[in-house]
Amino acid sequence: MWLYALRRLLLTLPILFGVTVICFALVQIAPGDPIQNLLSPTASQADADRLRAAYGLDQPLPIQYFIWIGRVLTGEFGMSIANNSPVAGEVFRAFGNTIVIALISVALAFVLSMILGVVAAYRSGSLIDKVITAIAVFGISVPPFWLGVVLVIFFAVNMFWLPATGMGASGSESFSYFDWNDLKFAIMPIIALTLPPLGIMTRTTRAAVSEILSQDFIQTLRAKGLSEMSIMLHAVRNVMPAAVAMFGLQLGYLIGGSVLVETVFTWPGTGFLLNKAILTRDIPLLQGTILVLATAFVLINLLVDLIQSIIDPRIKRS
Amino acid sequence: MSDISAPALFPAAAPVHVRGYWASVWNRLRYDYVTLFCLAVIILIVLSAVFAPMLAPMDPDRSSMANRLRAIGDRGYILGTDEQGRDMLSRLLYGGRVSLAMGILPVMFATVIGGMFGVIAGFFGGKVNMLIMRTMDVFFAFPSVLLAVAISGSLGGGFTNQLITLTVVLVPPLCRVAETATSQIRSMDFVDAGRASGASSISIIVHHVLINVMSPVLVYASTLVSVSIILASGLSFLGLGVSPPTADWGLMLSTLRQSIYVQPLVSAIPGIAILITSIAFNLVSDGLRQAMDVKG
Amino acid sequence: MTDHLETAAEPTADPRDRGGPAQPMLIVDKIRKYFPIKAGLLNRTVAQVKAVDDISFYVLKGETLGVVGESGCGKSTLARLLMHLVEKDEGTMILDGDPVGEVRGVGLDALRRSMQMVFQDSYSSLNPRLPIEQSIAYGPKVQGATRRRAREQARDLLQRVGLKPQLFSQRYPHELSGGQKQRVNIARALALDPRLLILDEAVSALDKSVEAQVLNLLGDLKQQLNLTYIFISHDLHVVRYISDRVLVMYLGQVVEIGPVDAIYEDPKHPYTQALLECRLSMDPAERVETAPLSGDPPNPVNPPSGCRFHTRCPFAEDVCTATAPRLGNVLDFDSRQHLAACHMVHAGSGHSRAPRSVAAPSPGDVQ
Repeated sequence: MWLYALRRLLLTLPILFGVTVICFALVQIAPGDPIQNLLSPTASQADADRLRAAYGLDQPLPIQYFIWIGRVLTGEFGMSIANNSPVAGEVFRAFGNTIVIALISVALAFVLSMILGVVAAYRSGSLIDKVITAIAVFGISVPPFWLGVVLVIFFAVNMFWLPATGMGASGSESFSYFDWNDLKFAIMPIIALTLPPLGIMTRTTRAAVSEILSQDFIQTLRAKGLSEMSIMLHAVRNVMPAAVAMFGLQLGYLIGGSVLVETVFTWPGTGFLLNKAILTRDIPLLQGTILVLATAFVLINLLVDLIQSIIDPRIKRS
Repeated sequence: MSDISAPALFPAAAPVHVRGYWASVWNRLRYDYVTLFCLAVIILIVLSAVFAPMLAPMDPDRSSMANRLRAIGDRGYILGTDEQGRDMLSRLLYGGRVSLAMGILPVMFATVIGGMFGVIAGFFGGKVNMLIMRTMDVFFAFPSVLLAVAISGSLGGGFTNQLITLTVVLVPPLCRVAETATSQIRSMDFVDAGRASGASSISIIVHHVLINVMSPVLVYASTLVSVSIILASGLSFLGLGVSPPTADWGLMLSTLRQSIYVQPLVSAIPGIAILITSIAFNLVSDGLRQAMDVKG
Repeated sequence: MTDHLETAAEPTADPRDRGGPAQPMLIVDKIRKYFPIKAGLLNRTVAQVKAVDDISFYVLKGETLGVVGESGCGKSTLARLLMHLVEKDEGTMILDGDPVGEVRGVGLDALRRSMQMVFQDSYSSLNPRLPIEQSIAYGPKVQGATRRRAREQARDLLQRVGLKPQLFSQRYPHELSGGQKQRVNIARALALDPRLLILDEAVSALDKSVEAQVLNLLGDLKQQLNLTYIFISHDLHVVRYISDRVLVMYLGQVVEIGPVDAIYEDPKHPYTQALLECRLSMDPAERVETAPLSGDPPNPVNPPSGCRFHTRCPFAEDVCTATAPRLGNVLDFDSRQHLAACHMVHAGSGHSRAPRSVAAPSPGDVQ
């Protein structure tokens, strides 16, 4: 077990290295000279060179990378060009707002998809199976940001039930998920974020459960006279490791994929931050946000693998 | 997952002798009405995009301040007008060209590039495999939307940049599927038989591997078309797509977002187009997957 | 045993012959293949699977050499080593007098024309997406035949293995039965006009009735095409039926080799004896009550010291654990020679059952 954990941890290091390389490369592929953005239009060539040297930009690329990674490891992500503030603080503030709605959405999708998937597999071919399959296909096919727009049209514009955008009067500082006046701002983003993972997870659960139901040992259990309820528990227990893997993967996708939904609802998370960075072409902000999100995704996957190795005895000594 | 009902659709007493793999795939497909219907929808959408100049009632880029945000059916605007008074139907038809291209072209490029790397990695194994697949793993460390936003955000908007971005995002998953399929084929005895008759690796790849790897890769690629369309529309929604005034479903959705209080229905139209196209591609690839699951 | 099986080494005039009738078709000298096992954090090689460990033998022209052993003993690796599908670690091969893969010897291409292999698994041995005619024609095409020539050849071969080309040439593997697939497999191996055929469990997956048909076909082909066979199988009945000489393998090594009747009627090695006792007798009175071989073969990763069979051998003594018995001089090309790698047959080995006489004809030779 511990050997597996250590091994898995070591495997993560080269991935993280690769992630930093890609994030570093983002600045390189961006068109335009980063120095020009920092200079006043009247600056001379000598000024530009001095600034270039100060930022280490006159060094060869590998050296530049190590300078950059050294800064990142000490928590310094550079300065946002747009408002000249440290990127790190801004990113981590936004990250909290993103991770909470992503967690709620995935948890919702997880519970619902287990129920829907098991029911659909049990009633395979029936009307209810078809309805559930249709919901799943819709969830997979719908662009989440458009779903956001439709939700706004329906709940905010037509019905006036929920606020359209933002995080409410209290802002993100004193936002409370236990206060309806705050929570109602989060409801539509959560719905829009829940549907796509719900679709994917429902399909996977349905496929996995019906696979297990067709296996011989289930027939044996039936023949031994077990109740349908306990057979279902057997099936669910066998799907669990796969479901946990999906949970982690989808959580990661939501943390990264919330950029569009957060933009629709102007939810002040990392996605909204990314949108801001794109609009103002603030590459340091873009780079810092992507780095934090990708690292989070890698760490979530690591965590999921470790949890999986605890609940699924087959993985332990591979 | 083939349903229990699928074999029953096979006319058991039919004297048709199934010739070859693709013939048997078609034989299954032609009784799958859902897939056929979705295929028809896709063909219709493609045709309407191709013939947009003939079908569009108006110039998609001509704005008219007097006719801003007309309702559906108002004054001859069948689907209303947008916030600049441009005809929605015409823009939708023209926008389909960009959106479909963004669904299909990146998948095609990524299939060729990712498939090539995957086959090489799977066939040669060892260090080559390590190098290729570990590099792909790094890309898998990014959720796809995030990777798309990262690359596109750095490169900037525009048709070509969006194409590059989506291709880069789609290469790793296709590479992985091709690699898995290839390494399965590589361990088959007929590959050894080919080698035993003195064939070079290239010859074995061309004659024996590709023909077998093609169907799983194509089935997987077909599932990515709708992913690509949604990703592309998302990028356009963030302003990273084609530059205005060129129409594109994601961009239309983005600009109309300001108008949901005035014309909620019209504002939702581009999204419906994306949704229908994406559902159709998803269901067709589901059908293909089932039809191609022929034990050969 | 049966009339269509010719006796070994009947001299024939074959234009492809280079070394003369007395030159063995194939000589294998101390061939070895270890597979590394990687593990640990740094993926270092921690152990080796000794799949084929210094195996020597020869096959005469026109002979059928049977190779038997439990699954996992290295039979298939041996076949793939001979075909050069797996790179050997050590050892030499001499094909009709010419060393294989050396500067003055035969090249890989010539080897491939002279030696072909029939695979076991009929599911994975044929490309599921190619009509069988194309599978057969592939080899000749690779070797430079025109498309048309290769096609004609494929149709001839189909006819030869008993499949009507008009009916079968365009069929796909999934449209054939197991026996038909195996016939196609044989046809493909014959497409390059080989002289030596390695049959790796070629009939093992077939029904008994189909198996007999295919065995008869192999017998006919051998005569018509002047072939030499290395017949690998775990089925002792089939090996006895088809072989002239038999080689018994245990954990990557040869434990006994000799003429088929000598091996079956007078097995010297306790492993061979146990294997033969495992056969089910048709006579209920002769049924074996206890399993002659208990347990699984030891792990080839760390084979037992001394004689590899000592962990399962009822006669094992201290000497068996301490030193590995030698097989003797395998490569003296006397086809009546019967050798066993066991201390019990070697005089003066120190085993209590070893022959007393120190003046045995030659150590290891028990004939």
